[in-house]
Amino acid sequence: MANERERDAHSGTETTGHEWDGLKELDTPLPRWWLYIFYASIVASIVYWVLMPAWPLVNGYTHGILNQSDRRNVAVEVQALQTARTPMFERLATADVAAINADPQLQEFARAAGESVFGDYCRTCHGAGGVGAPGYPVLADDVWIWGGTMADIEHTIRVGIRSTHPETRMSAMPAFGRDGILTPAQVGDVSEYVISISAANSRLHADAAAAARGATVFQEQCAACHGATGAGDRAVGAPSLTDDVWLYGNSREEIRRQVELGRGGVMPTWEARFDPGTIRALAYYVHEMGGGEPDAPPAPAATQPTAADASVAPAQSTNAGGGATR
Amino acid sequence: MQAKKRGREDVLGVGAIVVITGILALVGIGNAIDTPFQIQMWTLLTACVLGVAGLVWHTARDQQGDQTKYENGIVKAGVFASMFWGVAGLLVGVIIALQLAFPNLFYFPDFGWLNFGRLRPLHTSAVIFAFGGNVLIATSFYVVQRTCRARLAGGMWPWFVFWGYQLFIALAGTGYLLGITEGREYAEPPWYTDLWLTVVWVAYLLVFLGTIWKRQEKHIYVANWFYLAFIVTIAMLHIVNNLALPVSFAGSFSYSAFSGVQDALTQWWYGHNAVGFFLTAGFLAIMYYFVPKRAERPVYSYRLSIIHFWALIFLYIWAGPHHLHYTALPQWAQTLGMTFSIMLWMPSWGGMINGLMTLSGAWDKLRTDPVLRMLVVSVAFYGMSTFEGPVMSIRAVNSLSHYTDWTIGHVHSGALGWVGFVSFGALYCLVPWLWKRERLHSMALVDWHFWLATIGIVLYITSMWVAGIMQGLMWRAYNDFGFLEYSFVETVEAMHPYYIIRAAGGALYLVGALIMAYNLWRTARGDAPARERATDVPAAGVAVAAE
Repeated sequence: MANERERDAHSGTETTGHEWDGLKELDTPLPRWWLYIFYASIVASIVYWVLMPAWPLVNGYTHGILNQSDRRNVAVEVQALQTARTPMFERLATADVAAINADPQLQEFARAAGESVFGDYCRTCHGAGGVGAPGYPVLADDVWIWGGTMADIEHTIRVGIRSTHPETRMSAMPAFGRDGILTPAQVGDVSEYVISISAANSRLHADAAAAARGATVFQEQCAACHGATGAGDRAVGAPSLTDDVWLYGNSREEIRRQVELGRGGVMPTWEARFDPGTIRALAYYVHEMGGGEPDAPPAPAATQPTAADASVAPAQSTNAGGGATR
Repeated sequence: MQAKKRGREDVLGVGAIVVITGILALVGIGNAIDTPFQIQMWTLLTACVLGVAGLVWHTARDQQGDQTKYENGIVKAGVFASMFWGVAGLLVGVIIALQLAFPNLFYFPDFGWLNFGRLRPLHTSAVIFAFGGNVLIATSFYVVQRTCRARLAGGMWPWFVFWGYQLFIALAGTGYLLGITEGREYAEPPWYTDLWLTVVWVAYLLVFLGTIWKRQEKHIYVANWFYLAFIVTIAMLHIVNNLALPVSFAGSFSYSAFSGVQDALTQWWYGHNAVGFFLTAGFLAIMYYFVPKRAERPVYSYRLSIIHFWALIFLYIWAGPHHLHYTALPQWAQTLGMTFSIMLWMPSWGGMINGLMTLSGAWDKLRTDPVLRMLVVSVAFYGMSTFEGPVMSIRAVNSLSHYTDWTIGHVHSGALGWVGFVSFGALYCLVPWLWKRERLHSMALVDWHFWLATIGIVLYITSMWVAGIMQGLMWRAYNDFGFLEYSFVETVEAMHPYYIIRAAGGALYLVGALIMAYNLWRTARGDAPARERATDVPAAGVAVAAE
């Protein structure tokens, strides 16, 4: 058949002499550049096999003359990082706010560590920079439910709120409306009273008659935790009702809904997840967001924070325990 | 007489499979241990009942079709199925792109089956297997007949392959929405759906081989090598990767035969070669028939086609480990995956050279023929993706690109640019040929489709390049103390504008496909001048060859 091969008029190349459904093929040689790059890629691969781990053997594999190992390299890098960080974390674990602030290097380290951990674990709920969201407290202001000293914040991070930790910070506001503790009218009245004693009154203008009726209900049902004046009690995690900061929304309807439902969020415990140095860095970062409160005077006993806090009941930590750790 | 007897055997064979499957489905319904499985078995039973009805109807009419002509009906059905699944798959893609861009707007808590986790495999399977698979089956049935000058073998069996494959798609897709999955990427269907596909695929292989067996051409055309490589290798990949033991034969859950890193490697040996043999070899077969046919030029180089075919087949099968760089996979296996991917670069480009250089002497047609332009641009995207792939397989590059949206961009330059465009080009060619029209209803609409889709692809891949590289750089940014510079959620926020651009690109591509569906519909309906094609009769090919 070869002698019958026709030439393509355009390229002058011979065809193979075959034809399928009108399709023919030219017998063009392989493009040289194509062939040489193909060879080069094969040579490069063989060189790489000689240098690096490459081929499996009956027992083990060819290690390559560079004797490279990803796993060994990673272990070395992780070790180097840990070696570099350990002294800083150790210093951090025993430093209070004043000590951290006094040492610019330690301060920078605490901020970097805190920011990194906050970004990956806290920011999803509390927002960038701790701006908060409905149901998730603002961390950048000076309003604190469980206390705003460094020790308070650190304790909250360690044990969480309504978490699985045995010493978790725990409070439960009853669902006054949903569970029928109060009638719908009483829920409305007490909500008006709460507005009337809060800074929100200038915006929402509580109904005076309803608020007067609600005052009695408040003293019977709410004052035990929120205090007779509604100033709140950090020992039991009862927010102040006198300001204009509302965890579940600041409209009249949202305030009423909270009396109705008594919602309370959950914050996980981080004690098992982070070492004490990291938790200290995180507490420092949150403390520095804008609203951190100064520490109570240092306690005489220089106990380790974890050991001391573990023996203190959550309800006491704000008043006594938190101070005792310093 | 002879033809009639064979017809009865093939009907009996198909009937036996359908009836046995129907009985098994009934048993499944009776013993089902979970509702989703029961729903799947009802679907299967319904399909089997419809299948038996179809067979009875066919036998009653006793229509064999004209045995002296090519079997065109099945290719027409394949064109319909391709277009339907193509639009459906692209639509789901746009929906999930919007879910990523606007997670609050496109979140339907009352309709859990619309969650991203269920729609994502629906999208990938719909575009790869439903659209791509139907294009491959339809074009392979068309091409193998023409290039072998033989009517499709097997009588009823090709129709079993076609409808069996649609049933596979329906079972898989509804299964995903019901929450049934094997959790293996691009191989999510459960064990019984896998078994059904195995039966269908073996039938496909036999029909294809049977047609080649009775060919009237001495040599086998290059497109058929690629089709055959695709069919054989997909069978092997599908069976090995899906080896599993069901927890119960009356439930959908099963355990893989492999565990740990062996399981991961098996999955990516499958996953990468699904790209290599389904989306590359299969569509190169389309390219090898439709580009020279449309350009009316001979294939550029027969020698190149041989060398790049065998090099591609040999090298592709090793490249899977590059999906598992820097994981528990031993480093030597990563090395092999990377180096074989690099060696794969030129064999892949062999197809691109043969596709583009075939245009030599016909480049002027690109100005006037948007269908040819689509085919040529598809080859250009093929070249770009098959260069990007080896680059991304290099471990150092992969340490930046892996897990980022760069990978998504890479996949879509191949999927939208190469697979999509070469399929569209082939369908634009096929419809006038099959329905015997002089030309398409409107070339202007093809132009619109071409430009909308091209702009869509450019928006898609550039936004994903930028987003992916940015994402990778943000993940690896450390401050002076070795702490991560960015939290994960910051990287998500940074992606937002690019996700919107991506969704817009995808929407343009979908609009293009809708225009195409309309244009093909008008062409088939008869809004273009009619023409009789001599090549519908195998014998006529002899006359052409003798000319």
